[in-house]
Amino acid sequence: MSRTTLDLWVGFFVAVGLGALLFLALKVGNMASASSGDTYAIQAKFDNIGGLKVRGAVKSAGVVVGRVAEIRFDPEAYVAVVTINLDARYKFPRDTFATINTSGLLGEQYIGFEVGGDTAMLKSGDTIKKTQSAVVLEKLISQFMFNKAAEDGGKK
Amino acid sequence: MSLEPLVEIRDLNFTYDSRPVLTGINMTIPRGKVVAVMGSSGCGKTTTLRLIGGQLRPTSGSVKVGGQMVHELSGDGLYALRRRMGMLFQFGALFTDMSVYDNIAFQMREHTDLPEKVIRDLVMMKLHAVGLRGAHDLMPAELSGGMARRVALARAVALDPMLIMYDEPFAGLDPISLSIIGELIRKLNDVLGASSVVVTHDVQESLKIVDYVYFVSAGKIVAEGTAEEIKQSKVPYVHQFVWGEADGPVPFQYPARPYGEELMERAGRRG
Amino acid sequence: MDNAIVRTLRGLGEKVTSRIWRLGYASRFFLAILLHSGTSLRRINLTIREIYFTGVLSLIIILVSGMFVGMVLGLQGYDTLQRYGSTEALGVLVSLSLVRELGPVVAALLFASRAGSAITAEIGMMKATEQLSAMEMMAVDPIARVVAPRFWGGVISMPLLAALFSAMGIFGGYLVGVQLIGVDEGSFWSQMQASVDFREDILNGVIKSFVFGVIVSWVAVFEGYDAEPTAEGVSGATTRTVVTSSLAILAADFILTAFMFTGS
Repeated sequence: MSRTTLDLWVGFFVAVGLGALLFLALKVGNMASASSGDTYAIQAKFDNIGGLKVRGAVKSAGVVVGRVAEIRFDPEAYVAVVTINLDARYKFPRDTFATINTSGLLGEQYIGFEVGGDTAMLKSGDTIKKTQSAVVLEKLISQFMFNKAAEDGGKK
Repeated sequence: MSLEPLVEIRDLNFTYDSRPVLTGINMTIPRGKVVAVMGSSGCGKTTTLRLIGGQLRPTSGSVKVGGQMVHELSGDGLYALRRRMGMLFQFGALFTDMSVYDNIAFQMREHTDLPEKVIRDLVMMKLHAVGLRGAHDLMPAELSGGMARRVALARAVALDPMLIMYDEPFAGLDPISLSIIGELIRKLNDVLGASSVVVTHDVQESLKIVDYVYFVSAGKIVAEGTAEEIKQSKVPYVHQFVWGEADGPVPFQYPARPYGEELMERAGRRG
Repeated sequence: MDNAIVRTLRGLGEKVTSRIWRLGYASRFFLAILLHSGTSLRRINLTIREIYFTGVLSLIIILVSGMFVGMVLGLQGYDTLQRYGSTEALGVLVSLSLVRELGPVVAALLFASRAGSAITAEIGMMKATEQLSAMEMMAVDPIARVVAPRFWGGVISMPLLAALFSAMGIFGGYLVGVQLIGVDEGSFWSQMQASVDFREDILNGVIKSFVFGVIVSWVAVFEGYDAEPTAEGVSGATTRTVVTSSLAILAADFILTAFMFTGS
């Protein structure tokens, strides 16, 4: 095989390989959406964050508007402090209500924003006052079982 | 300068894994001569070549090539010395992934900055010397044994070395190729003004072309002399070797207890 | 009785010592390759040639296998996910399994048996036919001229092959999941994009495949260079390359995964 055909094949190979990497980065991964635009950070305190993870989604009306940047424990108030990076394009009222939701029955957990009516907007460094903790499935189930048992006991 | 021999080996010992391979070797290769090192297989002939080429280091003694102690050279110094040596390996050792042309151009491309046009002329000249100019496009796999050996010979002299070493150049060749290679060894040596060492066990072919012979057996030099002296030698081993006798100092039987004894013992056990 | 125990222990000790000795030798060889890599970079044509033999010639097997692995993931994933009614997560399942694990690992295993064994066999044959010795006698270092370009060719090819494997697998999963079974195309891609992180998943996968490339290439050139210079020696070395590098890939995968994906 001559020098030039060989170079051609190797060039082709490297190009396709880099193309595959690009495909993975842009089409499969979220590099395009993650790196776009500026963000501002706000905080929210929850009694229980359930299974929320760093990089989890923050949605409002079902649209991703930011990501969880950091989760830490406040040792004085005994609550979880979640730092959220919000997309700079979106502003939310100060009385926005943050809840931890689950996508589907067993899906990932995310933070949902329910917009309030305040005219002042959240700024970088602000803290969301009104929050609702994650629904813990085990608690729900045990509650349900307990009630059921009590009902059955009453019937007898 | 020209009076000093090209290669001088003094009191050379070499042991491999505490097994002595060579003991007390003294050898001189004068400039412009073809010297043969003969002996049966496994007697340490090839080891001698590797010591001259610096691929092995002597356990004691010295190897001096062109005034330089080979075993005292640094890596770079050794490589510089090797550029002035050519070596023909036992089965040619041609690079199987390159054409005949590229095999011979290999060293020129590695060690010089000559333009491709000059390299082409040089390669064709070398190939012409071994009579294979027409085969420059072939791959080594397409060559016959004798042709491959000639290409390897052309490659060994590609950079016009001062010392050419041959490791069993005659092994496995038909009679015609045999005499072609023999003639080429002599001719290239004289034309290039080089010196040659031929390690071989082919007595008849090599005695025709060499100036001086060293006979090695079990790691020692047992005889030396010109071709004629060797033919007349009274040393029993040399005599057996030169005339190809089946039995002699090198016994036909692998060492064992006397056969009679063994038979008697078996008979006794059975009875 | 005593003797048998002593003999067994001694045999065991010898085996362990010789393994450690070999590992030390292989590490020294690795350093020598790095030190002699100048030639592979200066004369890039040497390396390009090896990329052709290791990378381009492995393309078919990598692409076809990737496609099939992705299609199987699509079928199996759909079957499992539909029990929980979350088939729209199929894209996530296929892409994460491929990008994080199957892409780098399976591509590296295929690479070891396709290209690694070829490298060992080639270098081993060059040694057996004294080509390496001849090169040394021509004042050309075989590590710089023969070993290092093959090593770098393998190291460069591996991440590209793994990326192609993953991409092809995701395409295969898409074909089966979306085109054949009828999972919603929008959620297939959007859920995938929402859950696959560039740094966490894709970059770590690329790092993995790079490490595997180093392992396979290292084992392959070492086994070839260290092969007994006979036909049996070379075939034994080729087998050892496939076995050793496969085991090393899986072990390294465990270690890397433990480091990369347990932090969060």
